[in-house]
Amino acid sequence: MTKILRKPNLVLTTLFIFLLQASLFAKSDEGHDGAVDTKDEVGEYIVHHIKDAHDFHLFSYTHSSGERKHVGFPLPVIVWSSKGLTTFMSSKFHHDDSGHHIVEANGTRFVKLHSKIYELEEGVEAISFDESHHPTNAHKVLDFSITKSVFGILVVGLLMFVWFAGLARQYKKKQIPTGFGRVLEPLVLYVRDEIARPNIGEKKYREFTGYLLTVFFFIWILNLLGLTPLGFNVTGQLAVTAALAIFTLIIYTFKGNKGYWGHMLWMPGVPYLIRPVLAIIEVAGAFLIKPFSLLVRLFANISAGHIVVMSLIAIMVTMKAEMGATGATALSFVLSFFITLIEVLVAFLQAYIFTMLSALFIGMAVEEHDHH
Amino acid sequence: MEQLLNDFSPGLFVMQTVLLLGLIFLLVKFAWKPILNSLESREKGIQEALDAAEVAKKEMQNITADNENLLKEARAERETLLKEARELKEKILADAKEEAQKEGEKMMTKAKAAIESEKKAAVADIKAQVATLSIEIAEKVLKDELSDKKKQQKLVDDMLGDVKLN
Repeated sequence: MTKILRKPNLVLTTLFIFLLQASLFAKSDEGHDGAVDTKDEVGEYIVHHIKDAHDFHLFSYTHSSGERKHVGFPLPVIVWSSKGLTTFMSSKFHHDDSGHHIVEANGTRFVKLHSKIYELEEGVEAISFDESHHPTNAHKVLDFSITKSVFGILVVGLLMFVWFAGLARQYKKKQIPTGFGRVLEPLVLYVRDEIARPNIGEKKYREFTGYLLTVFFFIWILNLLGLTPLGFNVTGQLAVTAALAIFTLIIYTFKGNKGYWGHMLWMPGVPYLIRPVLAIIEVAGAFLIKPFSLLVRLFANISAGHIVVMSLIAIMVTMKAEMGATGATALSFVLSFFITLIEVLVAFLQAYIFTMLSALFIGMAVEEHDHH
Repeated sequence: MEQLLNDFSPGLFVMQTVLLLGLIFLLVKFAWKPILNSLESREKGIQEALDAAEVAKKEMQNITADNENLLKEARAERETLLKEARELKEKILADAKEEAQKEGEKMMTKAKAAIESEKKAAVADIKAQVATLSIEIAEKVLKDELSDKKKQQKLVDDMLGDVKLN
């Protein structure tokens, strides 16, 4: 028991020290408005929270002197601008997301607008917008920044490597793992025996189990991290879920056997006239519908979960006039705690469904067809 | 406190922290403890099964080793037995040979001695016969010689002549 808790404790302690340091160096914001207290502001804050960010922002508060302070730490911005690769810390934007704060780096000027980095055209002093609030004198750049989500992915990658490499190392010395590996082993077995083996088949499952294990734990851990106050929403980023879905697509496309392609392009056993029609449907199914179902399901579930939890928490701010401070807080706590419990289930369920469907699609592509 | 209720940013953070702590509390109470306990008992069961298998394997090894030893001993014993028998045979053969040689030598000496005594007896007999014969011859010669007086006289003379009175 103590042994199991030691490692997460270490991680938590490190994080805590990190946060403490970050809060000590919390920077005050010059141009930003004060507390987030109206309904519109709360809504905007929630939408903003769902998105990826260029710095690791935990929360902001208004100092007794009236100054707005931000707690968190900056992350590196890495962009490919017209002058080539440019890097600077996100703290240079001073928490501005409206495109007004201009950062000069590598001979060009950058602004951040709605979590996107724009490069101002040459000679432009301030950003200007058209009617639909699109910048007219700035263009987007290729952004390779270590954003909050990238940071989360790196942390989870490192965690998974440490945990599972540790588990692998244990098997060299003893036959059953101890410590945290004791918790991991049944989960690994679960993915292998309940997801990979029945869906792919006894003969081929071994080849794909590594991928399925990685995807399962990656999604699950990141889903759970999303429930913490750290505010990660990695599996609620379309880019992340799309990348995961594309991995699965690549695997079942390149590992698909003759029977798979035959059934897709020239379905045996149906009249010849129907075969081309079926082929169109099947191709669309394999290359569009399957990956889209994967990526949208995960993205929508996790993002929706975050929005619901945050909205319920927002009750304590927005409903306090109607219900009084205590009533609003109690209601918000009860509801959000209930939803958080469901979200714990959803975190596992979505990881399970994504892995399960990936295994199913791979299994369909590699299954041996009977000859007709 | 005032700020937490009026400002969504820190309010959200604090509420989420509280929710997480509540969640951890619930999970520890209702999920982790039973899960860890069952994991522990499972681990114990597996460990015991593994240990038992290990013990059985070792015993098996011991038995095989014992068998091997027994076999080895038996082989060694057979070897020594064979060796002893061979030695015994050689010894018996050597003894017999020696005995035979001794016996032969004894018989040879006996035979030699017998031959020697026979020879002596024969020589003595020959000697005796020669003596009788020579006495008879001498008798006959003497009878012949002493048949006339002259010759007797002469002999007496010769003999007297040989016998010197001193």
